[in-house]
Amino acid sequence: MKQSIFTVKSNTALTATVYRMELSGDTAECRPGGFVNIALSEKFLRRPISVCDVNGDILTIIYKVVGAGTEQMSQIKAGATLDVLTGLGNGYDLKKAGAAPLLIGGGVGVPPMYLLAKKLREEGKRVSVILGFNTKTEVFCEEDFRALGCDVTVTTVDGTYGVRGFVTDAMDGDYSHIFTCGPEPMLRAVYKASKTDGQFSFEERMGCGFGACMGCSCKTVTGYKRICKEGPVLSKEEILWEA
Amino acid sequence: MGSLKVNLCGIELENPVIPASGTFGFGYEFAEIYDINCLGTFSFKGTTKDPRFGNPTPRIAECTAGMINAVGLQNPGVEKVISEELPKLSACFNKKVMANVSGFSVEDYVYTCEKLDKEEQVGWLEVNISCPNVHGGGMSFGTSPEAAAEVTRAVKAATTKPVIIKLSPNVTDIASIAVACEEAGADGISLINTLLGMRINLRTRRPVIANKMGGFSGSAIFPVAVRMVCQVANAVKIPVVGMGGVTTAEDVVEMMMAGARAVEVGAANLINPTACRDIIDDLPRVMEKYGIENLKDIIGVAK
Repeated sequence: MKQSIFTVKSNTALTATVYRMELSGDTAECRPGGFVNIALSEKFLRRPISVCDVNGDILTIIYKVVGAGTEQMSQIKAGATLDVLTGLGNGYDLKKAGAAPLLIGGGVGVPPMYLLAKKLREEGKRVSVILGFNTKTEVFCEEDFRALGCDVTVTTVDGTYGVRGFVTDAMDGDYSHIFTCGPEPMLRAVYKASKTDGQFSFEERMGCGFGACMGCSCKTVTGYKRICKEGPVLSKEEILWEA
Repeated sequence: MGSLKVNLCGIELENPVIPASGTFGFGYEFAEIYDINCLGTFSFKGTTKDPRFGNPTPRIAECTAGMINAVGLQNPGVEKVISEELPKLSACFNKKVMANVSGFSVEDYVYTCEKLDKEEQVGWLEVNISCPNVHGGGMSFGTSPEAAAEVTRAVKAATTKPVIIKLSPNVTDIASIAVACEEAGADGISLINTLLGMRINLRTRRPVIANKMGGFSGSAIFPVAVRMVCQVANAVKIPVVGMGGVTTAEDVVEMMMAGARAVEVGAANLINPTACRDIIDDLPRVMEKYGIENLKDIIGVAK
């Protein structure tokens, strides 16, 4: 974990509710599947946001406006400075990827797939990506994944773009390992449909984001884990679904 | 430069700043970003006889200038705290630490306190009789003078180290409970634990927290804490440790003027991991600004 000041370089809307922010600062501890925790003026708690991309000292995050905090984030202008904790979360273990990993992102679970896909492509892996959205107007990042040389399938629940249905409706190909992030119902469905081992990234309401408050604990096959510290990525075999 | 030193129940603290239990784990997460030996001491994660997972999630709700938590005393149990957590703690902290203990019966408290009392690095036992998060649990001891006194007497009889009783603010007359603990042999009083609070999600029309209610902390509760620390400090002769919403060096000074001999910092650690170090670094400036030579001179000046 590292606490440092980042400067906002850009903050632009990708869809009606999803924004991309680029920040410059000390990105040394930012990794695929990890997250940062951003302090906002007037808000007591920080906002945990997944790492989407790192290019030198530029950190990219993509976030959805869901409440007053992220609404405030969407108004931040280039040049503003932010107090950011970096290096949070365990992140994905790329060593388990195999030759042809499948990456599945749903909604705001898409951004963490980007840096992961980039690293896996750098390692020469054949990367397939399924991006799931509700409807055409919510789709983002498709071209970014194509530009990395990934085999990209987009699904929309209402069929207005790509394959009609859920991400699981596009999981029929062969793959060596699954990496996924998205809403819990999607993770459950992917878990059931998956034919290989996998790594699943979970979301939980957090207090501190760095393991101190025990606000985001969950039960796993291998004991209690903090989503912010031993997570957010859990391996398939350790997940314990609660009824 | 004047002195930041204070004496808490016979042990000298380099400064009065103490991260509060439940906001600092066993110290090592924070040791990743600063040398925690700058602290006076810290109160480690509330420990119980048996391992506890705690409450279901969500456990956290944000508020204006604060937060509600309903963690529910998640901890690995006293045996594992001693065998696994304390060795990691002593690897990054070389001073006496405050052992925070919770329980669900007098026997629980005695069992856990007896074990921790034997640990060399434990300087004080801070007995939480006030955690509002556990159904039918700790709450009851802290809300009646008789029950508070019973726990105090039993723990004192079984231990050798200073026993500090941590009080709940969710009572009608906190001073009477403090007095009951003092008469039962407590070496110190710490307060306040969190205030019971609740938030509702307008979209789902359900409480934000799975447990419905939780403990409200953060800078919003500071004035309530100062008032209660003052009331208790006026009622007892034993040392009082003040806490509740402390965020700045000024807050530490104010809490001490209200009667606190040492000051715990809670929720501030969760939003700014270096909060305690920052406060300690800033204390000399604030002391100079307000003409304070030695911090211990201002304890209770406003009582």
